[in-house]
Amino acid sequence: MSTVTASGLRRITTQRRLLVGLTITVLVVLFAVLGPLVAPHGQNEVVGPPFSSQGVFGTDYLGQDILTRLMYGGRIILLIALLGTAIGMVLGILIGVVAAYAGGWWDEVIMRLNDVTLAFPQILLALVVLTAVNQPKAWMIVLLVGVSHAPRVARVSRGVALGIVSRDFVYAAEALGERRSRVIVAEVLPNMNAPLLAEAGLRLTYSIGLVAALGFLGFSTDPGVANWGQMINENRLAMSTQTWAVLAPVLIIGLFTVGTNLMADGVAQLAQRGDG
Amino acid sequence: MTQVATLPEPLATVAPPRGRHGSVAWLLWVARRLGLAVLTLWLVSILVFVATAALGDPVRAILGKDYTADKARAAQLSALLHSDQPLVERYLHWLGGLFSGDLGTSLASQQPVSELIGSNVVNTLVLVVVSAVVMIPVAFGIAMVSANLRHGRGDSIIQVVLLTVAGLPEFVIGILLVAIFSTTVFHWLPAVTISSSTGHPWDEPKTMVLPVLTLVLAVAPYVSRIVRSTLLEVLDSDYVELARLKGIPERVVMRKHALLNAMVPGIQVLALQLAWLAGGVVVVEAVFNYPGIGKQLVDSVNAHDVPMVQALSMIIAAVYVGVNLVADLVSILLTPRARTAISS
Repeated sequence: MSTVTASGLRRITTQRRLLVGLTITVLVVLFAVLGPLVAPHGQNEVVGPPFSSQGVFGTDYLGQDILTRLMYGGRIILLIALLGTAIGMVLGILIGVVAAYAGGWWDEVIMRLNDVTLAFPQILLALVVLTAVNQPKAWMIVLLVGVSHAPRVARVSRGVALGIVSRDFVYAAEALGERRSRVIVAEVLPNMNAPLLAEAGLRLTYSIGLVAALGFLGFSTDPGVANWGQMINENRLAMSTQTWAVLAPVLIIGLFTVGTNLMADGVAQLAQRGDG
Repeated sequence: MTQVATLPEPLATVAPPRGRHGSVAWLLWVARRLGLAVLTLWLVSILVFVATAALGDPVRAILGKDYTADKARAAQLSALLHSDQPLVERYLHWLGGLFSGDLGTSLASQQPVSELIGSNVVNTLVLVVVSAVVMIPVAFGIAMVSANLRHGRGDSIIQVVLLTVAGLPEFVIGILLVAIFSTTVFHWLPAVTISSSTGHPWDEPKTMVLPVLTLVLAVAPYVSRIVRSTLLEVLDSDYVELARLKGIPERVVMRKHALLNAMVPGIQVLALQLAWLAGGVVVVEAVFNYPGIGKQLVDSVNAHDVPMVQALSMIIAAVYVGVNLVADLVSILLTPRARTAISS
């Protein structure tokens, strides 16, 4: 990430999309992180009859307070999405930069194999692996999200790296006899910041959607812990009697992804315009 | 939830053969692409097989707590999955079955997989085709309107709306539509697909509206945004300027000079989105209980029905690869420069 200077800050504030996206994202993250501390009830506490209108949003299928569940349900999604994005970015950048830097035959083989994994819709990879698993663990979802992002990130970062590996300062470093791994870490990677940051924002958007979708499809990591995706799944049959039990988690997931998507688009525009 | 950041570059990835002539070169090019597609599918089949059969123990997953208690059932399931054979042998057996059309036996219903998925494949195909037919004119239309109003207020409003919709996961769009049109605000349309006697949802066209609308809303923003930015590029080009100077009305310039030249990137992003639909239908069908392969896949994963999951994911991957292949071919055919690069 570029260092935050006065001019950098000014650029960010003039970029409306980035600002709006950032604000939404920060608010949702704060809600997810701080929610459990101020929640009116426990996440598995039965406060009234099912689908009643007690409290702000009413109660869900077990009589738990929906607002409370909503406050608890963001942490796990946020955690898995962030870790998954991080793994996907690191793996993908590694693959892409190595392919671009090695060039020739290596590049061809790596990117062909990469294309094979691209032939797999992301959600499909997760579903295929979860077939043979009885109760998915959180680390499995993190890995699945990360691994399914990696080939897509690799494609983008290879493209970015290709424009850098042929520049003079890379040749200069090689001529000085620097090790190849050091050339990648010290010369190539620092120059890829801006486009990769935009890609990370985009990946985070998809991660949130993917994790929530898996919860919605019934593959939640721990049935006892509230989770926005799972909340939709639990209550959707009674959507007409207790709309908020479904609508509240749907809206907050939507708000979150819209925020991160706007943010990613803002960063991409900044990166396009200049040095980012 | 789509991959718009990974636009394929057919012109860059396809090194056209040089020094050969006409049809031979074309045949070689097509053969090369077909070969790559087959290779891809073969590697995908390994991936699917290893992920479903080798990473965990499906028998244990199906039986859960009964695994130790119900030895007979465990043995029966193992026999169906041929768990006693080595992995490679099982894989080859399964691959051979794929070629001869024998997709195995469903663990959940004990019926041949091919019988179970037949009509669902048709249902999903209809859903995807109808969505594409609705989506293409809508996406291109929005792009043209937006490009017409470029740099004005209307354009920026359209862009913000598109960006917002593009950020929403497909199941969020689906459930919001259900809330608006069937359960909460209005009560116009059915929220789920009601199974009819023939098992085909289009007997009751009303039930198709929301699933199609969801897919259109999930896909159109990406296509629109790419087509618009290409249109803007083309509208700034010299030949469009010349056309304007000749006195051709802006409407005709847009239609004949700009749109045709913006087609190729449009088709590429379109193909990517259509290929994405192959995966996107999984969640959308689950939202609307639509009797297609996506819903079936989710149910099969929940039931740990390994043969069903293997067959369904191979079908989805094949569609994905096939659509990309066709898109590459069409975009080459539509780009004169690439056409001559291959045939000369």
